[in-house]
Amino acid sequence: MKRRQFLKSLSAAGAASALPLPAVWSSANAQSRQETLLVVTEYAPNNFDIHGVGTNRPGYEVSWNCYDRLMTHGEKTLPDGTKSYDRDKFVPELAEEWDLKPNSVTFKLRKNAKFHDGTPITAKDVKWSFDRAVTVGGFPTFQMKAGSLEKPEQFVVVDDSTFRVDFIRPDKLTMPDLAVIVPGVYNSELIKKHATEKDPWGLEYTKVNTAGGGAYKVTRWQAGSELVYERFDDWKSGPLPKIKRVIWRTVPSAGNRRALIERGDADISFDMPNKDFAELKAAGKVAVVTNLIGNGIGYIGMNVKKPPFDNVKVRQAVAYAIPYQKIMDAVLFGLAGPMYGAKPGDPLQTAWPQPHAYTTDLAKAKQLLTEAGYPNGFETTLSFDLGFGVVNEPLCILVQESLGQIGIKVSINKIPGANWRGELLKKEMPLISNFFSGWLDYPEYFFFWCYHGQNAVFNTMSYQDKEMDAMIDAARAAAAANDTAAYDKNVQGFVKKAFDEVPRIPLFQPTLSAAMQKNISGYRYWFHRQLDYRTIEKT
Amino acid sequence: MSDTTAAPSAPTHGMGAVLRHAQYVIRENKVTGFAFGLFVIILLAALFGPHIVPYDPLASNTSAALQAPSARHWFGTDQLGRDVFSRVVVATRLDFAIAIFSVVLVFLMGGLAGVAAGFFGGWTDRIVSRIADTIMAFPLFVLAMGIVAALGNTVENIVLATAIVNFPLYARIARAEANVRREAGFVQAARLSGNGEMRILLGHILPNIMPIMVVQMSLTMGYAILNAAGLSFIGLGVRPPTPEWGIMVAEGAAFMVSGEWWIAFFPGLGLMMAVFCFNLLGDGLRDIIDPQRRT
Amino acid sequence: MLHLILKRTALAIPSLIGVVIVTFLLTRALPGDPAAYFAGPAASKEAIEQIRVALGLDQPLIVQFGRYVADLARGDLGNSLSTGLPVATEIRTRLPASAELTILGLLVSILIAVPLGIFAATNPGSILDHTCRILTTAGVSLPVFFTGLILVYFFYYQLGVAPAPLGRLDIFFSPPPRVTGFFLIDSLIARDGEVFLASLKQLILPAATLAIFSLAPIARMTRASMLAVLGSEFVRTARASGLSPGTVIVTYAFRNAMLPVVTTLGMVFSFLLGANVLVEKVFAWPGIGSFAVEALIASDFAPVQGFVLTMAVMYVVLNLLIDILYGLIDPRVRIEA
Repeated sequence: MKRRQFLKSLSAAGAASALPLPAVWSSANAQSRQETLLVVTEYAPNNFDIHGVGTNRPGYEVSWNCYDRLMTHGEKTLPDGTKSYDRDKFVPELAEEWDLKPNSVTFKLRKNAKFHDGTPITAKDVKWSFDRAVTVGGFPTFQMKAGSLEKPEQFVVVDDSTFRVDFIRPDKLTMPDLAVIVPGVYNSELIKKHATEKDPWGLEYTKVNTAGGGAYKVTRWQAGSELVYERFDDWKSGPLPKIKRVIWRTVPSAGNRRALIERGDADISFDMPNKDFAELKAAGKVAVVTNLIGNGIGYIGMNVKKPPFDNVKVRQAVAYAIPYQKIMDAVLFGLAGPMYGAKPGDPLQTAWPQPHAYTTDLAKAKQLLTEAGYPNGFETTLSFDLGFGVVNEPLCILVQESLGQIGIKVSINKIPGANWRGELLKKEMPLISNFFSGWLDYPEYFFFWCYHGQNAVFNTMSYQDKEMDAMIDAARAAAAANDTAAYDKNVQGFVKKAFDEVPRIPLFQPTLSAAMQKNISGYRYWFHRQLDYRTIEKT
Repeated sequence: MSDTTAAPSAPTHGMGAVLRHAQYVIRENKVTGFAFGLFVIILLAALFGPHIVPYDPLASNTSAALQAPSARHWFGTDQLGRDVFSRVVVATRLDFAIAIFSVVLVFLMGGLAGVAAGFFGGWTDRIVSRIADTIMAFPLFVLAMGIVAALGNTVENIVLATAIVNFPLYARIARAEANVRREAGFVQAARLSGNGEMRILLGHILPNIMPIMVVQMSLTMGYAILNAAGLSFIGLGVRPPTPEWGIMVAEGAAFMVSGEWWIAFFPGLGLMMAVFCFNLLGDGLRDIIDPQRRT
Repeated sequence: MLHLILKRTALAIPSLIGVVIVTFLLTRALPGDPAAYFAGPAASKEAIEQIRVALGLDQPLIVQFGRYVADLARGDLGNSLSTGLPVATEIRTRLPASAELTILGLLVSILIAVPLGIFAATNPGSILDHTCRILTTAGVSLPVFFTGLILVYFFYYQLGVAPAPLGRLDIFFSPPPRVTGFFLIDSLIARDGEVFLASLKQLILPAATLAIFSLAPIARMTRASMLAVLGSEFVRTARASGLSPGTVIVTYAFRNAMLPVVTTLGMVFSFLLGANVLVEKVFAWPGIGSFAVEALIASDFAPVQGFVLTMAVMYVVLNLLIDILYGLIDPRVRIEA
């Protein structure tokens, strides 16, 4: 396509046609393609600021690339040769160095760092930004809380280039939480100019403007269809990125995204169905990088508060009736980590996710169902989020068919994405297919949200058990105290309980894939599952 | 999109005359004959589909997934290895039922309201016309979407939404037809022989405009199917794994790029044939009942 | 004339009020909870409550309606939550996209359907008449989303002659400076031939999809209207006075048959603008239809309300224009009040 257009432009120019050469078009194309990256994804950002109300995932990507954090993660190479962020290694970003003490951490900021408008970045900006994150409410405040970052008093300006965070309790997740997307550093003076009485934190301004000092800034935005970034050439928080300009186009149809990458029109294509990635990988024309999503699990959840799923035998029966391998082959096209098939009796690992020992065994399932007092099965409804219909729909159909064979009559309920969270919050759906992943990749983090008796929204099964809570809390305490033995014991303890009582049946660990042209390098997997343009190169 | 101004058809048609005329039209008009043949096939598929298909339309077979059309699977198989031919045939009943029920429902709502409006005039007329105008001012497909989304994702609500969207059309035609008959001879005669107004409306006017309404119903059958399929296409409507043409096209659309064209193509073809058949049949019926109005 | 226009406008007002109320109630009846949706993946009950308050969704329905109407009176259609922009802005940028597509589709359709209709009317009952009828019926029987898919499949995936179905302009072009919002016109104003061609290419397949669907009503109305006129006194007189058949058809019959065709065109246009929804979805067209669908799925009230209201106003205005046009073409026709 582009070649054709290029040739055509040459011939048009050569023929010196009656129309003058288009100014806009030639300036767009004259720029070296090598320094321009063309990305296609399904959705466009609705807000450039992760602190905003209801910012969507693509919006996270803008926040990540346009704002700096104090520190970030290092890189590691995975066994399969792909690159990933390193969960355990923190490297400087806006802060040159830091000093971690039991009750606080002190950051030394880079002295030469500037915002996009040229103002120097000071500790005052950092404090203002963190205050903003813990005050505005909604997701950013929630995420800060996950690392015990709760009050503005915790954030202290020591001097212009020194900033301190005081801890309110020992928490192993505090440092990792300072390297997620939310605690970015905002240009406080610029934003304050646009703040109003109704909107003291200037959320309306940052919604459509990038007011940071990150490696990229948004220079053009057409809501819902196109976004253009330019590199911030004065960026000091890391090596200057190779890509000067990123054009990000929204292409709703997965088929079109595939065609674009296959025909060489796009450089990177994101969010496609597994089938397309599997086929592109096999065809070998473009590079496909696939990574397991850390701390993520696709599962079938059962509401333990309501019969019949309050009966552990029923839940186990369902776990024995899931067609695990069929789902892996026909729904996921092999691009996922199996969460089943552990050898019975094998020791559990101190890791999450890890496979369980349930297999597809309809006879055993039927027997368990009979023991539970449902020899003739029962009727129930399996719900899923239509927003993830590509995986969920075939998956649910297979589950429905398989459960039908042990007498459980399932009707499938598609819930539009808009309603899904509302329905989850009500905790009334008896049976669901869902997915959860935590940014912070620690087993106790996952269990705290998904299995703890505090009954957070992610505990979709309403599972509450004192012993489970005790083990999760103990693991968190052990992590904060660096007590490895106690930590291992408790993690293995709660994993075993989760498998034995099986309120949710882990099916698979999903993957994140990106298809890119072969001349693209430097792609890195991130916990937030969005693109980081800074490391990407084009040859 | 059909014209709504009409002269009253002569109320003197005998049954025999209609039949003779029908025979003549079908013999002379091969297109209508063809449409009638197609209709018989659709009817058979709707009635006996589940009993004659080679495979269980719901049974997955992941080892035979995504196979191209062959002697074993005439229309190929889908992602879960289900037989597309069986699914297309079995879907006929549901799509057909949606169309029939929505058309009957809109006749009951729009047709009756329109007849009353045309016959009584005054406030009845004003209210019915205002409702029809208001609905007409909506972008109809989005209105149907909104109704299904708000009331819930069920077949019943698709039927209801399709009926509501068609309300103005029926109301207007019925109103116009009833209006011109208000003072017709046979109505006057009925009045003179002591019939009440309601009785005249239901016993004389309604039967008299029935043929025109039947033509209209046949013509909107096709539209009803398209509407339902469109709703399924955007994810509102029928629940999986129930086979339905619109949803099958939507599911298959994603597979077109990778070359598995048959998953979307055959249900789309089924959809088109059914709508085509109803449209031609509606035209044919109009020729039979009301030869003056052929366009 | 002015009096009649005012009267017609006044009559349309109850319909518009009805549309506003019904849309408001319908969007509130949507099962989705925008607060929960926009609270993000990790929302606690409190977080959702905070957002509900921020969005004003904690107020009673009647208060929300009052606020909506008050905003409406000031011309404020609210903000779209999913794209983050004011709905009025969204509609302003997207309406030309939909209108350009629809008008071009209609134009293509007219260019094919009107000659077909005339041809069929001059040879009624012939094989060609029947073929025309079958072809147009087949066109209207194709679900637009299916036609679109098939066209994309053949012309883009298989043959590679059409550009990627990626909206209004290929990735390597920038849109022309906005004057009318119609890329075809704006690119001509900017004397930018490349962009004109590029946007025309993007338009061809979706416009063809719409054209195929709208052939039937136009062709049929042309045929019927021509038949009626051809059978009338004055045409027979013209024929008898020895004018050539071509002259009779074009100058006498066609001009008089135009009237009902114009009405049909108006109806088809407003119908197509709504039917666009599915075509826009298939072709990733950044029009108002696809905007409304996405908003509806996300329970994003404001865009749905804005879209419906815009369409309703356009419908009313269009009908008024047709009536006026009618009056101009044929002074005997009085605008019905």
